[in-house]
Amino acid sequence: MTTDARRPPPRRLYGAWGRRELQGLFWQVLVVGIALAVIGFLWSNTVTNLSARRITTGFAFLGREAGMPIADSLLAYNPRDTYLWAFVVGVGNTLRVAVIGIVLATVLGTLIGISRLSANWLLSRLAAVYVETLRDIPLLLQLLFWYVLMQALPAARAAWRPIEGVFLSNRGLILPAIPIGPLQFWVLGAAVLGAAVFYLVRRRLIAQQMRDGKPRPAWPVALGLIIVPPAAVSLVLGVPWTIEWPQLRGFNFVGGLTLAPEYFALLIALVTYTSAFIAEIVRSGIQSVPRGQWDAANALGLRRSFMLRQIILPQALRVIVPPMTSQYLNLTKNSSLAVAIGYQDVVSIANTTLNQTGQAIEAIALIMAVFLTISLSISFFMNWYNARIALVER
Amino acid sequence: MTVIVDIPDAPRRARRPQIGNPVLRWLRANLFSSVPNGILSIVLLAILAKGVFSFVQWGVANAVWLTPANDSSACRAVRGVGACWAIIPEKYRFILFGTYPFDEQWRPALSVLLFIALFYLSSRRALWRRELVYLWIGVLALISVLMWGGVLGLSFVSQDRWGGLPVTLILATFGLAFGFPLGILVALGRRSKLPAIRSLSVLYVELIRGVPLVSLLFMASVMFPLFMPSGFNIDKLLRAQIAIILFAGAYLAEVIRGGLQAVPRGQYEAADALGLSYWRKNRLIILPQAIRHVIPPLVNTFIAFFKDTSLVLIIGIFDLLTTAKTAIIDPAWQQFSVEVYIFVAAIYFVFCFAMSRYSRGLEGASRR
Repeated sequence: MTTDARRPPPRRLYGAWGRRELQGLFWQVLVVGIALAVIGFLWSNTVTNLSARRITTGFAFLGREAGMPIADSLLAYNPRDTYLWAFVVGVGNTLRVAVIGIVLATVLGTLIGISRLSANWLLSRLAAVYVETLRDIPLLLQLLFWYVLMQALPAARAAWRPIEGVFLSNRGLILPAIPIGPLQFWVLGAAVLGAAVFYLVRRRLIAQQMRDGKPRPAWPVALGLIIVPPAAVSLVLGVPWTIEWPQLRGFNFVGGLTLAPEYFALLIALVTYTSAFIAEIVRSGIQSVPRGQWDAANALGLRRSFMLRQIILPQALRVIVPPMTSQYLNLTKNSSLAVAIGYQDVVSIANTTLNQTGQAIEAIALIMAVFLTISLSISFFMNWYNARIALVER
Repeated sequence: MTVIVDIPDAPRRARRPQIGNPVLRWLRANLFSSVPNGILSIVLLAILAKGVFSFVQWGVANAVWLTPANDSSACRAVRGVGACWAIIPEKYRFILFGTYPFDEQWRPALSVLLFIALFYLSSRRALWRRELVYLWIGVLALISVLMWGGVLGLSFVSQDRWGGLPVTLILATFGLAFGFPLGILVALGRRSKLPAIRSLSVLYVELIRGVPLVSLLFMASVMFPLFMPSGFNIDKLLRAQIAIILFAGAYLAEVIRGGLQAVPRGQYEAADALGLSYWRKNRLIILPQAIRHVIPPLVNTFIAFFKDTSLVLIIGIFDLLTTAKTAIIDPAWQQFSVEVYIFVAAIYFVFCFAMSRYSRGLEGASRR
């Protein structure tokens, strides 16, 4: 009441509108006008240029035969497929690098971040050197470096064999593989179902613990639900679990899983580079947990693993998750450097399309659409996770 | 002799008794504090020793440091067992300055020194005054004169002959010099109460940050000619520079927005109470505080951005990384790319490490 009385009466200098509103309108009209004028200018030039070069706009070209070779892809492809399918194959390749890269970079980065805090002087120094070196050299240079090293590896005949069945040569990394067919998918499906049931069971166990305070270990249930159903399905259907060992035939390898040098170099570069940034995020996250929390947990006589899992990590994660999200986005965007060593991700394929068809605007629009979709999905997932672990103040 | 008597009631400082050899004591505390720690230390030491040993063998003991001009036979002889550092004296002028006319290369060299001096002066807190802006304008103009020539008796060197380190520094510095004001405007726009301006700023930032820089560079190199009226042609370097400025603007805007959010409300209210206009309020009161808040993250953005300029390799601009990659196309020296990459990595590392040390120092200073 009193605050309302003290507020000055609204100024009415220019009729019904205050000066502020009029100024605001003026600036908005000016900025939007300039933006529209620039866009209009560029647009009309583009339309003129495109018609001069006889390029029709629109996405009709996606149905045409691509004719470009794609050497290494997750999805089956041959040059007679359409541009649309080539794009999809490119998206598959981008996701193949990004998803595996994110998982590996998180694991490696967390290990190095923890190492930096180790009481062992040598370990923490080495981790610090790793972080500083990798962060201060451009990723593209590191990528070229790894690629050169890949090419300098011995030829297939003289391949290195660190472990039986694993070959490292200038053809890339070759690993033993388990061929995945429709039968194996049923087994995977059973495992996923088991995990889903476990999630529900765990929720009940936690709710029960909240009621009577008795801890109920969840891991036996987890083990049972994730191992038993797939094993049962596997036995009932008689799924063959043969391991396919790669073999050298002539100048190349047959069988097994091949990580082409381009893919392998890109993966190493992205994982090591990003892990240096993740290490710093993990370190600062752990350091942000107040000393008193460690002391309190120690005073309660908690086991170290329990303390880390239940006291330190939940608090550190609140600091870690938001910057981690942007690292994941960076890794995904950086996978586009693939074009420099000839791994065909979505950007590289879009660029080839652009050169072949001249459909510049459409190709760039597709790249933007793909990356905006990926970014939004990652942000969405991480925001959901962040909200779950966020501090609940009562 | 006076004896200082230990007062029995005084609380003793919790200090370990200092016995034994200090080196041994340090080793015990830092490397062998427990059995697992000791095992870890020994394993790490063994790995480190092996790594250092093989690097010294390859990089120093078996390395070739100098060869007669244009003769890589000595290097070929040690291929696989020793490094060929001889490629550096052979190619360093090409790597550093690209195809800039050989006799005129003192000009890009001087430009690089001017850039370094400019960065050094800008890092001194005591010099953060209005005059610094004029210094920037002056030095950047001087560098343009040096690189282009055509006046003061300097011969004209067209842009397509520039290359190497000066190009990297030009892309980064001009990107910064123009991206920074752009970033400030966009950051203010994003916090503006005017819906049209706010949504335009959000759109700009999210679009640029949502896509990889590579695709922006492709856009600059392929689509730019389409955007312009026919007959209007701008240089490839300038096109890449524009893409980099737009890219930097979006990222810097987000950092500066963080700073703007950290300025307490009272400062805005006080400025309003003084009756300052929007621009004077921001220029005199808000922005100086906001930028001061975010100097360490700003320096980190500069580092990221300095490294990212190397991506112009993909559209064929002769920056430092591209000259390095081109230097090893020469068939005689083709096999020695690792050495060249290490040399160039060292140059990048020196610049970025200096910046990151500086940022760390600033963080320490602001915490005190």
